[in-house]
Amino acid sequence: MTPAQGEAIVLPLKTDEDVVRLRKQVREDLIAIGFGLVEQTKVVTAASELARNVLRYGGGGEAHIEHIFDGSRRGLAMSFIDQGPGIPDIALALTDGYTSGGGLGLGLSGAKRLSDEFEIDTTPGKGTTVKIAKWKQF
Amino acid sequence: MERIPILRMGRLLLVTIQVDMHDRLAMTLQDDLTNRIVTDRATGVLIDISALDIVDSFIGRMISNTAAMAKILDARTVLVGMQPAVAITLVELGLTLEGVSTALNVELGIKLLEKGNR
Repeated sequence: MTPAQGEAIVLPLKTDEDVVRLRKQVREDLIAIGFGLVEQTKVVTAASELARNVLRYGGGGEAHIEHIFDGSRRGLAMSFIDQGPGIPDIALALTDGYTSGGGLGLGLSGAKRLSDEFEIDTTPGKGTTVKIAKWKQF
Repeated sequence: MERIPILRMGRLLLVTIQVDMHDRLAMTLQDDLTNRIVTDRATGVLIDISALDIVDSFIGRMISNTAAMAKILDARTVLVGMQPAVAITLVELGLTLEGVSTALNVELGIKLLEKGNR
């Protein structure tokens, strides 16, 4: 079954301050859905990592945030979209400690661990979209 | 320019991070702290993150780097006040903050630094 989706909020990711705004927006949405503090912290952290990747490696882009529904389940889905150089080797990029840009190499792999669903769609030379989702547990 | 204030208490420097820092602000704090260790002849640095609701890999790296630079400059760093949800998330993220001492609050952090100086 394909989860139903609400209308997406689109936030630009062009500056460091945009990442702070995104964290705030994601937090508000998670609270509105009723996520607990630990889950909120995990998802906001994952969003922060992926937003920074858009900025550092993708040359900027945007984030789409949407509320998702699947039967009685509710959750939050987020897409991080850039038109940057793309990721040549996804498996390598998902390896803990691997970095192409002087970071800790925990952004992608960490965001994956902190989410329930994780998808990367990347085309060298065209850009990267990373989509994550978190479902509220009952 | 936006900055996080650094307070001096004797030979200790205290930073209380009360805003959601963007990356440039975090880098400025790292530079400011490193400079103040030398100019104030500080032997200890306390970083209070009790008001922070997330620590991601960038902030984590800033904290680790600050502690490493402080160590080279003969000062010890104690990270205090981490919220439980932040600790849970950091471990899951894969960040272990190696080389950084921690304490539950500022008071215990000061005790830890004073003990080390005796």
